[in-house]
Amino acid sequence: MLIKLLSGDTPRSGLLAVLLLVILISLAFAPFLFPGTRSLETAAKICIFIVLVASYDLLLGYAGIVSFAHTMFFGIGAYGTALALSTTGPTYGSMIWGTAAGAIVAAVFALAIGLFSLRVKAIFFAMVTLAVASAFAVLVSQLSWLTGGEDGLNYSIPREFKPAFKLVDEKIFDVRINGKLLLYYLVFFASLILFLTMLRIVNSPFGRTLKAVRDNAFRAEAIGYRVVWYRTTATVLSAVMAALAGSLLAIWLRYTGPATTLSMEIMIDILLMVVIGGMGTLYGAVIGATIFILAQTYLQNLMGVAAQATSALPLVSTLVAPERWLLWLGVLFILSVYFFPSGIVGRLRAGRT
Amino acid sequence: MTKEHPILETKDLTIRFGGHVAVDHVSCAFDRGTLTAIVGPNGAGKTTYFNLMSGQLNATNGTVLLNGENITRMSVPERTDKGIGRAFQLTNLFPTLTVRENVRLVAQAKARQGFDLFSIAESHIELIERADHVLNEVRLIDQADQTVSALPHGDQRKLEVAMLIALGPQVLMFDEPTAGMSVDEVPIILELIGKLKADMDRTILLVEHKMDVIRSLADRIIVLHNGALVADGDPAEVIALPVVQEAYLGKTPEAA
Repeated sequence: MLIKLLSGDTPRSGLLAVLLLVILISLAFAPFLFPGTRSLETAAKICIFIVLVASYDLLLGYAGIVSFAHTMFFGIGAYGTALALSTTGPTYGSMIWGTAAGAIVAAVFALAIGLFSLRVKAIFFAMVTLAVASAFAVLVSQLSWLTGGEDGLNYSIPREFKPAFKLVDEKIFDVRINGKLLLYYLVFFASLILFLTMLRIVNSPFGRTLKAVRDNAFRAEAIGYRVVWYRTTATVLSAVMAALAGSLLAIWLRYTGPATTLSMEIMIDILLMVVIGGMGTLYGAVIGATIFILAQTYLQNLMGVAAQATSALPLVSTLVAPERWLLWLGVLFILSVYFFPSGIVGRLRAGRT
Repeated sequence: MTKEHPILETKDLTIRFGGHVAVDHVSCAFDRGTLTAIVGPNGAGKTTYFNLMSGQLNATNGTVLLNGENITRMSVPERTDKGIGRAFQLTNLFPTLTVRENVRLVAQAKARQGFDLFSIAESHIELIERADHVLNEVRLIDQADQTVSALPHGDQRKLEVAMLIALGPQVLMFDEPTAGMSVDEVPIILELIGKLKADMDRTILLVEHKMDVIRSLADRIIVLHNGALVADGDPAEVIALPVVQEAYLGKTPEAA
């Protein structure tokens, strides 16, 4: 049953299984284990980014396609839901049609880009996605009557998901069962289902064929696989998954703007998360997203503590000053790529050292 | 699909790379159930001729007919669907996957299950069994779980043959299947090719340098020289021709 849920793709490493289990349990009980607004925000972000990064891995790690348009699809999903909620009101209907519309638009875009450019060289596809994504970001910031421009959109969500809504009056384990908590579980379970769906896809005959196409497209054609269609389908699936992740973010934040969805910075973060976690293993997305976002959120605090502790030592305390956190994030990544070229999951599966 | 069509036929098949004519107006028909050896010195256009028939290259002129149907402009996977299968001279596998997975992918392609997104690939036992059956035939079953890139060259050559056998097309094109194999492995592959030939409908085209192999297997030999078809006929007669003697005695002294 459990193996079937994982589509037969078990972690194949004791340590990896433990890590994944810790992450799963932490996220599943985040509101109770780590009370506080900030930690709940972080947990929700991790859930959403696991889906986003996994959907990118589907493309990069399994199909071997380099795309820079992933945040565009993420944004399309987010804006779809945001526009629906701000135009047709904070109802479940708006949430559903906005999410569906976002996913469909993302699929159509991906299909068009795929059919137009996946026939040719990989570098050309990467360039096309870069150009389209940049154009899309400019378009969104210019169409301010529709998208709110650089300011983005603020909107309301159904009242059952708002912090003011109380499901039960008593606290459970000292935690208020309010709308925010319900919303967190919507995000958590939606992410879990989307992740398991992708895990199924990569272990299906289709997913296996993607690996063959990645390894040797020439030979895949010679045994009868129509490579362009496989690549295009992978692009579309990955785009739809990214759009759904975007919709979750839009509902969670009650705000959608270029900086939270479309920026190149997020694109690079996604790339790093895939590489750090391990390409071509969806579990890598889980590990990569979790570590990256935790580092992004808490490294600064940690360094604040370290700086205070070392305040007596002049050079060291300057080096670990909280405002240098980006430097240390960079150092961490260089080290991780250097020591784990196949990602953390790749290293764990390969066994000792 | 009428009876009088040869299974595979090329008419005036030509390809030019700039000023160089690599295959020069080759017209030739291959009958069902026969094994034809294609010989000629290096650079004679044998592999290019294969590429034109299986679709990796598009002809400048001329046509390729399969069962009388014009397939000249079809893509590689379309031709594969129609029944042309190909093993490559330079080993051309899926290097990061296991030996079994390489063959399983072929069986999966043949079963047209590639677009099945929601079942678990491992649950299609019949495809795995099919892969293991073929691996057993080429004596690779013990290496089934190894990653292809870690395989010795000779085993990679065997896998190349195994993949074509798993595909089981109407026309099998082998491009120097035994090159780089050790002496004791060669007979296994030759025996397999012989079995495929005996198997009613299979038509085999074989590019091969070893004359003893050709003598024992071929029903017919065609000779390519500078891209042109220069001889065609019964093995014994063709081997005796001066042009063949010259080409082969010049190039490979140990043969002929």
